[in-house]
Amino acid sequence: MKPAPFQYHAPETVADAVGLLAEHGDGAKPLAGGQSLVPMLAMRLTRFDHIVDLNRVSEMFGVTADNGGVRIGAMTRQAAVEHDGTIAERVPLLHLATPHIGHFQIRNRGTIGGSVAHADPASEYPAVMLALDGTAEIASTSGTREVPASEYFESTFMTALAPDELLVGLRFAAWEQPAGFAFDEIARRSGDFALAGAAVGIGIDEAGRIDRAAVGMLGVGPTPLRAASVEAALMGLAAADAGADAAEIGRLAADDMDPIGDIHASEEYRRRAGSTLVGRVLGDALAQLTTEASDG
Amino acid sequence: MADAIPVSVTVNNRTRRGLVEPRLTLADFLREQALCTGVHLACEHGVCGSCTVLMDGEAVRSCLLFAVQADGSRITTVEGLAPDEQTLHPVQEAFRDCHGLQCGFCTPGFIISVAAFLEANPNPTDDEIRHGIAGNLCRCTGYQGIVAATRQAAAALREEQP
Repeated sequence: MKPAPFQYHAPETVADAVGLLAEHGDGAKPLAGGQSLVPMLAMRLTRFDHIVDLNRVSEMFGVTADNGGVRIGAMTRQAAVEHDGTIAERVPLLHLATPHIGHFQIRNRGTIGGSVAHADPASEYPAVMLALDGTAEIASTSGTREVPASEYFESTFMTALAPDELLVGLRFAAWEQPAGFAFDEIARRSGDFALAGAAVGIGIDEAGRIDRAAVGMLGVGPTPLRAASVEAALMGLAAADAGADAAEIGRLAADDMDPIGDIHASEEYRRRAGSTLVGRVLGDALAQLTTEASDG
Repeated sequence: MADAIPVSVTVNNRTRRGLVEPRLTLADFLREQALCTGVHLACEHGVCGSCTVLMDGEAVRSCLLFAVQADGSRITTVEGLAPDEQTLHPVQEAFRDCHGLQCGFCTPGFIISVAAFLEANPNPTDDEIRHGIAGNLCRCTGYQGIVAATRQAAAALREEQP
């Protein structure tokens, strides 16, 4: 349980960090919170000749209000995301998903950018990012580019990031219309990897009909996935009617999944439990809308 | 072989300087160079919580940090929690009173985690306590004593700082 030897680099600017990545290519790995990378190094599942520690790159930390939405520096700790007022108000789904990540000790070090760069298909932030059409800000020595979530996740642990590129920030737009958000997941033990999870946002128009549906799923495919069948079925429905049929609509998600069977759960179990969960989380999101409406 | 790097870490209010290979974990640095053997290592990959310490006041897994990363930081281990050699910290006292341990291997990690948890949430419900200790594994107690100890420690700490 000891990592193989490596050269350690602690740049203090993004420019220096991407310079190191350009210099060392495949042999270098950025280290964010280390809550996934360090176990992998310790178990020798992977090794790198150069570790580029981002923890002293101060420009990569912090949350800023951005055009009605938020921009979150990639090194922002999960604990900071969890307790940030701007995020809770503008991107409630991130706020709701965060307590499901590991344990508080993990969230004290783990970062939002690390989760999204690692791209574990069972992790929370990638599913939220995909559901909300978030944007990845990616830097390299040749400049900065932006990649929408729909093009960012390529396969298990594989993203649009090239070895010489660095994820520096994430952007999320706030929803303008009245909306309900909910997140939940199924795991064997509290804090363990999710067998299946769902991140749901539902927006309604002035007539109370659903005009925006975002359903992200985790743990049920090689990448986070959108439940396109569920989203399509929801459009145009009155929120109260959709709420009554949430379980049935959720079951459509089984067709949008591509789960694998492993020691933790069979393919069939993930499909059934996952689609049941989608229905339940959809019900939770819709309940917020109907409660708000009756309160108003 | 990577070059050793000089670090200076404040461990339990004492400055510790050392030369560390980059791959040396903070946990191994604390045990082997700072001689804080209360930092226990079991899984060494972030699951069990035995090696939990406070880094700049926040509970972290010391097996998932490299010692080089702790350069310039303030670390508190279980050895540094009590005010002096004769007095136990309220969390330690509660674990003793409530049978919060049997073999004791996981205890230092629990003590640190519970101290940090109660700092953030001084008046937790039992459900919140169970979530608060979920990041530490104990194979002896069945956790009932640990929940009771956390409850008692919360009350004692609230009395200390009204």
